[in-house]
Formats: sequence, C-alpha cells, structure tokens
Amino acid sequence: MAERIDLNLKVNGADHSVSVHPFARLLDVLREDLRLTGTKEGCGEGECGACSVLLNGRVVNSCLVPAVQAQGAEVVTVEGLAEGENLSSLQAAFLVHNGAQCGFCTPGMLVSATDLIHRCPNPSDDEIRDGLAGNLCRCTGYAKILDAVHTAAEREAAR
Amino acid sequence: MDHKIVGKNTQRLDAVAKVTGRAMYTDDFFERDMLVGKVLRSPHAHARVTRIDASKAKALPGVVAVLTPADLPKIKFATAGHPWSLDPGHRDVEDRLILTDKARFVGDAIAAVVAEDLLTAEKALHLIEVEYEVLPHVLTAEDAMQEGAPLLHENRPGNIVSSFGVQFGDVEAEFQNAEVIFEGDYETSIVQHCHIESMSAYAFVDSDGRVVVNSSTQIPHIVRRIVAQALGLSWGRVKVIKPYIGGGFGNKQDVVVEPLTAAMSLAAGGRPVRYCMTREEVFIDTRTRHGMKLHLKTALSRDGKLQGIHMQVLSNTGAYASHGHSIAMSAGGKFRPLYDFRAIKYEPKTVYTNLPVAGAMRGYGTPQIFFALESHLDDIARKLELDPIELRRKNLIKLGHQDPLTKNVVRSFGIPECIEKGKELIHWEEKKQAHQGQTGHLRRGLGMACFAYASGTHPVALELAGARIVMNQDGSVTLQVGATEIGQGSDTVFAQITAETLGLPVDMVHVVTTQDTDITPFDSGAYASRQTFVTGIAVRKAALEVRQKVLEVAARRTGLAPAEMDLRDRMIVETSLGRTVCSLGDVAMDSFYDRLLAAPITSDTSANVRINAMSYGATFVEVEVDIQTGRVEVTELWNIHDSGTIINPKLAEGQVHGGVSMSLGAALLEQMLFDPVTGKPLNPNLLDYKLPTVLDTPKINAAFVETFDAAGTFGSKSLGECPTISPAPAVRNAVMDATGVAFHKIPLYPQVVFEKFREAGLLAERSVQHV
Ligand code: FES
Ligand code: FES
Repeated sequence: MAERIDLNLKVNGADHSVSVHPFARLLDVLREDLRLTGTKEGCGEGECGACSVLLNGRVVNSCLVPAVQAQGAEVVTVEGLAEGENLSSLQAAFLVHNGAQCGFCTPGMLVSATDLIHRCPNPSDDEIRDGLAGNLCRCTGYAKILDAVHTAAEREAAR
Repeated sequence: MDHKIVGKNTQRLDAVAKVTGRAMYTDDFFERDMLVGKVLRSPHAHARVTRIDASKAKALPGVVAVLTPADLPKIKFATAGHPWSLDPGHRDVEDRLILTDKARFVGDAIAAVVAEDLLTAEKALHLIEVEYEVLPHVLTAEDAMQEGAPLLHENRPGNIVSSFGVQFGDVEAEFQNAEVIFEGDYETSIVQHCHIESMSAYAFVDSDGRVVVNSSTQIPHIVRRIVAQALGLSWGRVKVIKPYIGGGFGNKQDVVVEPLTAAMSLAAGGRPVRYCMTREEVFIDTRTRHGMKLHLKTALSRDGKLQGIHMQVLSNTGAYASHGHSIAMSAGGKFRPLYDFRAIKYEPKTVYTNLPVAGAMRGYGTPQIFFALESHLDDIARKLELDPIELRRKNLIKLGHQDPLTKNVVRSFGIPECIEKGKELIHWEEKKQAHQGQTGHLRRGLGMACFAYASGTHPVALELAGARIVMNQDGSVTLQVGATEIGQGSDTVFAQITAETLGLPVDMVHVVTTQDTDITPFDSGAYASRQTFVTGIAVRKAALEVRQKVLEVAARRTGLAPAEMDLRDRMIVETSLGRTVCSLGDVAMDSFYDRLLAAPITSDTSANVRINAMSYGATFVEVEVDIQTGRVEVTELWNIHDSGTIINPKLAEGQVHGGVSMSLGAALLEQMLFDPVTGKPLNPNLLDYKLPTVLDTPKINAAFVETFDAAGTFGSKSLGECPTISPAPAVRNAVMDATGVAFHKIPLYPQVVFEKFREAGLLAERSVQHV
C-alpha cells in the first residue's frame, strides 16, 4: 500500500484535513472522504461534466484533478450553493422550470452555471450555451436548463 | 374537467433533493468495509477460453476473491426485464451466464476480481492468465445468416433469435392489383442510451442471510427474480433496493450488473461489494439500440391510397438475445393503429452477431420502424407528386378502429388535430413559399413525420401494477408504488392523482421514492411508457378505496351517508350544500384512536390492466442544410402529441424535450462504431460517441392536443417514449425537401451528407453557379 498524503482544503467554507492516497482524485476525496456525494461521476475522464466543482473559483472536472493539487485550495460543490435552507437563485429557477429530471447531471450543471453567471452577468443565449457546453444531459434536451439559467441570470442582474 | 391538481404544473417532488445534491443514488451509499469488483473482458469478438489461471491474482495482497466461470452455477438465464411468464413458450431467451467461457463479443465478461480497492482490483485483472482459442466471428446480420457462418449459440441455427412476424389481408393480391408499387431500403445505426449515471450496483448478505442488491435499475422486482434465477437462489432470499436513478432509457430495463455483483459478494463471504461500470464498460457491455435494415414494399393507388405493405426487417441483436426476440415484433405493430392498410405482411428477423448486446431503448424498436416508414411515405409522395401531409391524412385509420391482431381499440385519436396544429405552428405554407427557388449553398427545407405508440404492453405481456396508500394521523397520506421513478417524474404524477382523488394538497402526499422489493408493492417497473397509464390506474384505485373509507368514518361522525359527502381541500363537505362537516384530520384521528372503532385507513391494492390506449403525434421541422459542408441544422422544430389528458404539462414538456433530443442525436450525430475486421468498439466514450451537447441541440418546441381516453386515469395515455419516434424521419424528410436528395440511412453526419451531395451533383451545380 502506498503511503498516504495529508491534504488540507476548504470545502463549502469549512476546513478539512484528510489523509489521501497519492493517486486519489479530488472527486474521490469529496465523495468518499468528505461524503459530499452531491458531486457525481458520469465518466471519470473529463467528458460529461457531472463532477464539476469550483476550485479556487474556477470550474474544473474534479475527476481529472489529482487531490494533491487541491492542497490549500477552496472548493465549492453543489452542497455549497445554497445558504442554509435558502436556495440560490439558480437552484430556485431549476425548481420552477423543471430543470432536473433524473438529476444526475444537475449538480455539475448548477456548478457550471453558477460560475457562468458569476463570470458573465447578463449572458446571452449563446454565452449560456458556451458556458454549459462541457456538461452533458441526456434527459432534458437542455431546454428547461437553459430556461432556468436565463431566469436566474436575469434575477441576479436585477439585484 | 375542473381538476384542482391534475393538469397543473405541480413541482417535481424530488426537485429540492436534486438541486441541493441530497438525492442519493446507488453510488452515494457506503457500507463499512466495502469491497470493489472489476471484470476481465475478452479481447476477442469470438473465442473459447481454453485455460484460465487465477492463482497469481488470488495471491495478490488485497484481493479477496477471483471468480471464473467454473466458480459460478452453470445456469443460463434471460436478462430482459419482462414479467415472468407461466407459459414456458412465452419466456425470454435464456442464453446468458454470469461469466462465460465462450466470449461472443469484444468485452464479454470472462472473470471478475473482488478486492480491497480499485487499484488492487485492476492490478489483479492483469494477473489472471487466460488462453483463448479464437473463433471466426460475424458482425453483420447478413453475414451471420450465411450458410456456414460461425454459430454464436449452439441451439440457434442461422444465428436467428427470432423471426416471428405477423400478417393479415392478402398482401400478394394487393401487389397484383396495385396501380403503383413502391419499394425502398432504409437503415438505422447502433446507438446507445448514454444515461449519465453509470450502470452500478452493490450487494451484501445481511444478518438474516439474505442477499441484498442496491441497484440503479428501472425494474427492481424483476431484478430480484433474475438475480435469484441466475444464482440458483430461492426468489424470496433476494432483496433489491432502487434509490434515485440517473437515467435509464431502457438500458436499465435489463439485468446487467446485478447477478455478478451478488455473486461477488457471495464469493467474498457476504461482504459488501460495489461494481460500478466505467463509461467504457457501459458502452461495451450493457445494451444498445438495434441497428436495423428495412425493406419496404408498398401497394397503393395512383392518388395515394395505401393498400398493402410488405415490411422486411433485419435486426442486429449482438451477442445475446436480451430483448431482441421481442423488440422487432413489438415495434412492427405500432403503425397499424395509425395507417389504414388492407393487408400487411411484417417479416422481421433478429440475428445474433459478435457485437455488443442490443436491448430495450426508449421506443423499443419503434423509432427504427417509423424512420423507415415515414421516410418511405415521403419518398412515395415525392414520386407521385403528392403533398406528404395529404398522403398521410388520406390514410389515417378512424376513431374506433380495432386492431385485427391485438384487438386493442382506438378510443381517442388526436392525430388529425396534431397534424393541423403542427402545420400552423411551423407556418408550413408560408415557409414552403419562402423556400421556393433557393440556389445558395444554404438551403432550407421542411419535413414532417407521424407516429403511433401504445400505453404499456397489453395484450402481449402482463400489466400488473401495485399501489399502497396509508393515511397518517394528520390526514396526509403515504403512497408506495412498485413502479419506478427514473427521472421521468412518475412519483409526482402519482402524487397528483392521489391528491386530486382525496382532495389534498400535493404536499400532503408523501411518496416513498425508494423501491425495496421487501416493502414496495409488486410492479414490473418503468418501461413501455406504462407508469402513468398502468400504475396510474392502480394508484387511482387505491386512492378511491381510501376515499371511500374516509367517507365511511365521516358518516359515523356526521350521520350523513358516504354518498352525500365529498373530500375537498382537507375537509369533508356535504356535497349538496358545500358545507364543511368535519376535517380530514378528524377522520384520520378517529381511524387511529377511536376506542371502539379504530382501524387505520389504508389501501393495498393492485390493478391487472387488460386494456391499452394508443398515443399519437407528429414532428414538424425546418432544417438548413449547408451544401458545402454537409452540415444539417435544425432551425425550427415542433413535436405535437396526443397523449390524452396531460397530468402535468411542465413534466410532459420535459419528456418531449429529452425524447426529441435523443431522436435528433440518432438522426444527425450518434452511432457506435466498430472495427470491421476485429469487431472492437472504436468510440466507447462520451468524446468520440457524439452525444448532443447543449451546442448541438436546437430549441425544441412541445405542444399537446389533449384528447380524453376513457381507458386511462383522468383520460391520460402514454408519453415517455413517444417523442423519440418521429423527429429523425422528419429531419430526413426536411433534408430531402431542401436538397432533393433522399437519405436512406441515419445518422446524417456531415461527411456522409457531403459525399452524397457530391454524388448527386449538388456541389458541381453550385460551382457552376459561382463561375
Ligand atoms: S465524471 Fe468528470 S467529466 Fe465525467
Ligand atoms: S437530468 Fe438526467 S442527465 Fe440531466
């Protein structure tokens, strides 16, 4: 058995230190060590976006990030999008628009869209599509997801 | 109808759980000391295992067990997710072993390892020594049927799994007397479901010695039976749990990983073992959609009255039967309640080849049949210079039509209105005008296609659904169903049906979304667009029983007769006066605590649904084709559906969006590719397999023509699979309208389209114009 490495990181605002296998992926640490199972694995090879999280404020596929690379980093997962029981405007818009069907792509979609709205207030339809191009969904044809992101972006812009 | 809840946009019951990341899927559960399983797969398309030595793998520290075919019961089992048939002649094809010593496709499972962690398991796979005797293989249905072709399964001469067809009328006579005979060949490619959640399960033996399997499945009760059958256990010893599932689309209407996962746990002394497929494994060793080749020959009058059709279908089912024996047969029956033919001869052949296994996928073969038929009708219309819409209209069956073979009766028939509405919504006539005389390299065209579908499988298979409602002390109810929520929204629809019947707000209907075969009522699961229609009948029946019991308790309290009262908004009212007489809460408390008469209000019921309802619809689409690049872009699309009463419009739209995008993927982008020599899959990942991204997906518009079907709960009919049927042929027809070029095979990806345009002289024509 290989030696383990001590990893310190901040996830959804809380500090964590875990001892991880040197080959562990950020996704494994989140799901298995921290039991933040909201972040999903759809392919494990950077193709589907189900594992999207924010790493130091940028969207990454956590299945492609070696855990050790997150040393000292700040991570936000789907569990960190709401403030307590108050859903973010994006989450709320997903409820209203039926943005989630099976819900498996949803955490990654929400994280990518949160980043998009943050980076690009008032996004056009094309900008939203660009921002979500790395997140696959098989259930929705993306229609209601786009509606939800538009609604949330407008609400954010109006604030 | 003045419904309070049915027909309204009730928010999905699971929406909050899903947007907060709290919804738990199979892989989100962890047991103590959980082990992982991995599978060793054949590198050859067809080979006999002559020697297998696992001793080195077993000796690797961290390896708990290694399984080879010799370690498992030699019981051949069928994997298809159908209800068991008491008639042996009606059963699914039992041709599969958990691990095989004869590989029948590249990736067939030969051996398995159970280890402390994934890395150890992977290392151990490399230490298993296998020697193969490589056998000749066949990849196409035509080759597989040749004389002397290698046989995949000893008891299937010619590699034919099934060639059961149907016939009525005298098709030969129709051809003899026909004014016009038209023939055409059509082909669809092998595509895959691509649910974003992998195929995954974990299993353990609990303290009572029972085998518990937690699985991402559409069919928990069927999984229980098949795991037991495959392992030679008594059925009651197996318990299957289905938590949230990340999409299925038919792939999980099959038993894929569960028997092996259970076997892994048994081999590891009952410790929990997880087997979650990699994406590559999902592509290779789950199920695919049958690639089909279809030859259509049609007799008709010169003015376009269809008379007889002879449809020959060659369906490539891959290495094991799965649903293969029933798909071609089932799919071939769907156009009969749509178009009026005097004579039909339907001849399918489903053939084994050394490719991954084809099985159920949204639409169950129907999209392939309608791709051919609806393309064929447009080819006919073009040849006879008929309007393609008029050609279809002219040949529709009539309300009240009874199918000569299934005996199913058409009780609602909204397709004429769907066609009318689609034509208006897309501005068919105006666009036709606008498209006249296009010459540039970008050309627009219009296309449409129709479909019919069923609601469940009656009369082919048993349609049994269970529902249980328990009233709680506060007057809320807890609803359990055996039919599975797989993302389509069925739990929400069942809650709406219950709430409507009991005069409750939806948030007072608690639906137990996790199925556990020990607890949830028996139901065959989520497939065949059966949930709202079939299980809906059981839920309504249970709710009506609860309603009656509530009124009986209320009668005791008030002295009124049950028939004089109604349930409205958590109150019992005297119907004639609209006067509240007591609250539902009062009744509920009486039912629990009345010292003399307490008896909790429950219903535990089932419905054996021996009726069917046909759903209809049409796609109208405009495309823009780039002659220079072969790129086809959908510029406007409408899917119009007659699914009876729509219980939840927003969820229904969601079904349409997803189904249409799946069909557009098959029409324009998706196909599984195999090395023609070795049979190795060439694109088993989500990068090279072109699953539509948000950039590839056009705006999809959904519209409904609401009919009322007396057979369905509140007049509802099926919807889930329907949207996946007509978009592909509509797009193909639109490309023909734009360019005059008829394509006979999907997907229409740019290279194929471009080459065909060059062949057709479209490019030359353009360069001349440029000079
Ligand atoms: S799981 Fe990371 S991109 Fe698919
Ligand atoms: S909601 Fe199922 S994959 Fe997106």
